[in-house]
Amino acid sequence: MANIIGAVTTSHIPAIANAMANKAEDTPYWKPFFDGYPPVRKWLNEKKPDVIVLFYNDHGLEFFIDKKPTFAIGVADEYHNSDEGWGIATIPPVTGESELSWHIANSLVDDGFDMTICQEMKVDHGLTVPLSLMWPGNNYGHVKVIPVCINCEQYPMPQPWRCFELGKAIGKAIESFDSDMTVAIFGTGGLSHQLDGEAAGTLNRKFDLECMDKLVTNPEELTKYSNLDLVKIGGAQTVELNMWIAMRGVLRGKVTELHRNYHAPISNTGAGLLLLEHEMPK
Amino acid sequence: MTIKDPSQPVPGTYLFDGKMAKKGYGLNKMCFSFNEQSARDEFNKDPDAYCAKFGLTQKQIEAIHERDIIGLLQEGGSIYYVAKFAGLLKLNMQDIGAIQTGMSLDDFKAMLVKRGSGEE
Repeated sequence: MANIIGAVTTSHIPAIANAMANKAEDTPYWKPFFDGYPPVRKWLNEKKPDVIVLFYNDHGLEFFIDKKPTFAIGVADEYHNSDEGWGIATIPPVTGESELSWHIANSLVDDGFDMTICQEMKVDHGLTVPLSLMWPGNNYGHVKVIPVCINCEQYPMPQPWRCFELGKAIGKAIESFDSDMTVAIFGTGGLSHQLDGEAAGTLNRKFDLECMDKLVTNPEELTKYSNLDLVKIGGAQTVELNMWIAMRGVLRGKVTELHRNYHAPISNTGAGLLLLEHEMPK
Repeated sequence: MTIKDPSQPVPGTYLFDGKMAKKGYGLNKMCFSFNEQSARDEFNKDPDAYCAKFGLTQKQIEAIHERDIIGLLQEGGSIYYVAKFAGLLKLNMQDIGAIQTGMSLDDFKAMLVKRGSGEE
């Protein structure tokens, strides 16, 4: 069986890509954010996971509202980035892992998750910024990535409990894959933030820190929130917490927090970073 | 903070649901096209003709003309697509945060810093 060795959460906002492109990591604004990353990079470079299952949301690059999948999974050998209308530099292709992807897709549909299965999928900053952050200089070519996309843009959106269940089903699928490969899980986006409306600029530091605690020790607590609760507590885009919750659903063994960082604001968001090590039950 | 749309359950927040997705379909489709540089060039050359191509309503066209972000949201714009229009105008998320809240950019940024530190 494939071995799930750990997980990482990170923000994925476009401003991070611009800061890296402009070499602004050591400026007073960005330093408290970027200083969080070296221990996570070190862990990834030491543990060398073969595959990353990466939860993110598409911000209107691959999916338009003509057809909006609730849950989508990439099953390609390669994924491409593209212009998002923002002027963020595009990055080199991302390597896929089609065999495990298809295995997960089959298992998920059998388990009642009606995935949109994508043989072609443009990946936006939601997926590429975390990879650039973990492997600076875009040195992520050796890592195989399986994109799992959760709708956070158009209601109805899957609720936190459902995203947690999706994570559990993905964990089960990975564990049933006949291979000795190692897998790490990335939950991206969040935490509290609101981009739109008169309430733009909403942030909730206390809630963000509580979420990070609960994510480690008691993730079931987070599944009691509805998406509307998240909007009220942390702002409209706090629904992106669902990607972190899905990540946590994948881990069913012993979870140890190795590292964390939290800094707010980064652009308009509370930016949380967690590194969790995962030991599979015997 | 004013609640401009009383049908929305969270003050100052426009939930992008089926009703809004239908209302804003053409507007969002136009903004989605801005992923391509050629579309941005075409819009910049003749905004009215480009809006007409996507069947925008009069209210949507006016909001585009006035760079009225709140107006675009009220007319069915999704922030994820409106953001691409803002990108075309060379505005970032903090710029449009300031526009929507009626604050200066510096005040908006200062508010974020206060909230981020837990002071507010």
